[in-house]
Amino acid sequence: MATTTLTKAPRGYDPAAAKPFLEQLDRVKGGLPGGGLSWLDGLRAQGRARFAELGLPTVKNESWRYTNLRTLDKLAFQPATDAGDDVRFDVLPTVRADGATGPRLVFVDGRFRAELSSTAGLPAGVELLNLADALTRKPDLVAGHLGRIAAPDDLALVALNTAFLADGPVLHVPRGVTVEETIELVFVSVGSEAQPTAFHPRGLIVAEAESRAVIVEHHVGLGSCTTLSNGVTEVFVGAGASVHHYKIQREQADAFHLSHTAAKVAGKGVYDNFILTTGAKLSRNEVRSVLDGEEGDTHVSGAYMVRGGQHVDTTTFIDHAQPCCTSREVYKGVIDDQARAVFQGKIIVRPGAQKTDGYQQNRALLLSDTAEIDAKPELEIYADDVKCSHGATVGELDDDQLFYLRARGIDKATARGLLIGAFLAEALEEIAEESVRDAFQSYVADWQNAR
Amino acid sequence: MIEIKNLHASVDGKEILKGIDLTIRPGEVHAIMGPNGSGKSTLSYVLAGRDGYEITEGSVSFFGKDLLAMEPEERAAAGLFLAFQYPVEIPGVANTTFLKSALNAIRKQRGEPELDAMQFLKLVREKTKALSMTDEMLKRAVNVGFSGGEKKRNETLQMAVLQPKFAILDETDSGLDIDALKIVAEGVNALRSPERSMLVITHYQRLLDYIVPDHVHVLAFGKIQRSGGKELALELEKNGYAEFGVNEAA
Repeated sequence: MATTTLTKAPRGYDPAAAKPFLEQLDRVKGGLPGGGLSWLDGLRAQGRARFAELGLPTVKNESWRYTNLRTLDKLAFQPATDAGDDVRFDVLPTVRADGATGPRLVFVDGRFRAELSSTAGLPAGVELLNLADALTRKPDLVAGHLGRIAAPDDLALVALNTAFLADGPVLHVPRGVTVEETIELVFVSVGSEAQPTAFHPRGLIVAEAESRAVIVEHHVGLGSCTTLSNGVTEVFVGAGASVHHYKIQREQADAFHLSHTAAKVAGKGVYDNFILTTGAKLSRNEVRSVLDGEEGDTHVSGAYMVRGGQHVDTTTFIDHAQPCCTSREVYKGVIDDQARAVFQGKIIVRPGAQKTDGYQQNRALLLSDTAEIDAKPELEIYADDVKCSHGATVGELDDDQLFYLRARGIDKATARGLLIGAFLAEALEEIAEESVRDAFQSYVADWQNAR
Repeated sequence: MIEIKNLHASVDGKEILKGIDLTIRPGEVHAIMGPNGSGKSTLSYVLAGRDGYEITEGSVSFFGKDLLAMEPEERAAAGLFLAFQYPVEIPGVANTTFLKSALNAIRKQRGEPELDAMQFLKLVREKTKALSMTDEMLKRAVNVGFSGGEKKRNETLQMAVLQPKFAILDETDSGLDIDALKIVAEGVNALRSPERSMLVITHYQRLLDYIVPDHVHVLAFGKIQRSGGKELALELEKNGYAEFGVNEAA
């Protein structure tokens, strides 16, 4: 260690890892949409400066103790090119049972595909468009929100995303409007045979007071190239508004999926987030929800199923900043083979946030001796009249239950499937929207059948 | 139907069954009575194929096949049924889903067509009614929140739906009050037929007032010590297991 160069970077980061990303950025930054808008140039510059200072987090970083990004250093990721624009699709994923196309935006390697997208069925006044378009034509729609919750000068990966900020979904629901149709956001990772491809989708959801929307994100992979998706989504939930935000990530085996979702919930607002993960080689979903007004409610839940050498990291942060809010977290995961899961769940109850009701549960099922889970629940409570509980369990399939099923004629594989399905069902019940829950159930079944 | 010869079984290196010989013919109901620790439950688990038992000697032939070489699900498909002493709770799996999966798994292994939802529902409704069970109990997760009596009725329901050729009732009377015991016994008796055999395992004679056996065996110290007719049960009730060297008061 004596030869290690001393740097001024905060502990737990590798600034050298920033270099290849910054070099690429310098090559593409002239062509980023909305260039010349001073607020936007400033935002990107802040992101660039912060990422240059930090680089990628290392395992010495408390928040990244269990998830090692060092592999990313060794892969020379290039920005996505327009080659992906020619990729054709027989069918795009949907939770709609009728298979019809509802309102949806499609992105391939982070780039918007207008011809696959639709705004059909949206009520008047609702804006659903891609960020590049918004930055070019309607910058005022996003100027007041971008970078306001996910600060450009804080977390390294958010800074990286902000430096490259170019495209992604934008949804704006005006005051009092309910969007009946489920809005689907489809992200396809394709990449390139020539070199690993990186993209940084940036999403923005603004639900004004008393509005309602249901959003489903599909993250899928096509082919077997190495890709890195480093997404950031900011969600503004107005007073009395409700946003149901569901996500299914089933990217290809060589995908890296890093995602940061930051929500801010005004008084009596509801932010409901559920993430189902089955894909990618390495994934991390960081979800932060700030309850910023009284009587707000947030649900941050999910389920994951991993096998082989997959690594899935769920890192949540629920911030009870105001009194009388409720939060609920239910995560359940199934880990097979040498796969590894990480759950870090932090709940903070700020001084004065009385009558807080917080609940966190994290349960993992290990299907092999080499599967691993690292769980770290953290409660920080600075108010005295609160109800906060958390629980974590790790277990294996129950031998008595397995034998009982088999003794009734059900073969071992089917019996295991029934028990795994039953285990995950409890998490999926957190999904309030029936059509989404049914679709997610079928993804769980697909995963089981893929053995 | 089933022929057990010189069966020895150990758990963690400790021999529990020390040479069981028992032959049961079609239509016969045999009772095995024995004190705690005599090996009654071990015998039922070994026959049903539970892991954790080492067969050190002996054989079990079931309709001419080597039962001990079969997986638990194959034994079920071949017609063996174990009514558990402690039915297992399975949260998240509805009782109907479980029953339907079991019935169709067995039908499939036997090369019979699977029942569709309507056919299954009709069958199961008929059987539940006979056991005074409610539709609500079918919707609940398997045995979750069931009382002791409901669990045993649920075992009997499974037996009625799966129609085994050979049923082992392991301490079916444990945890039942007299009314529940009567309902379960009626359910079991309704299944008695010239083609179906049963092995009733119990500590107490009480159950045998309701399910009257053709043969009674006394199991103690891992071996059948004595066999006889149903009168043997009454004798045991009166004298206890003392004559077999068992001191139950200890």
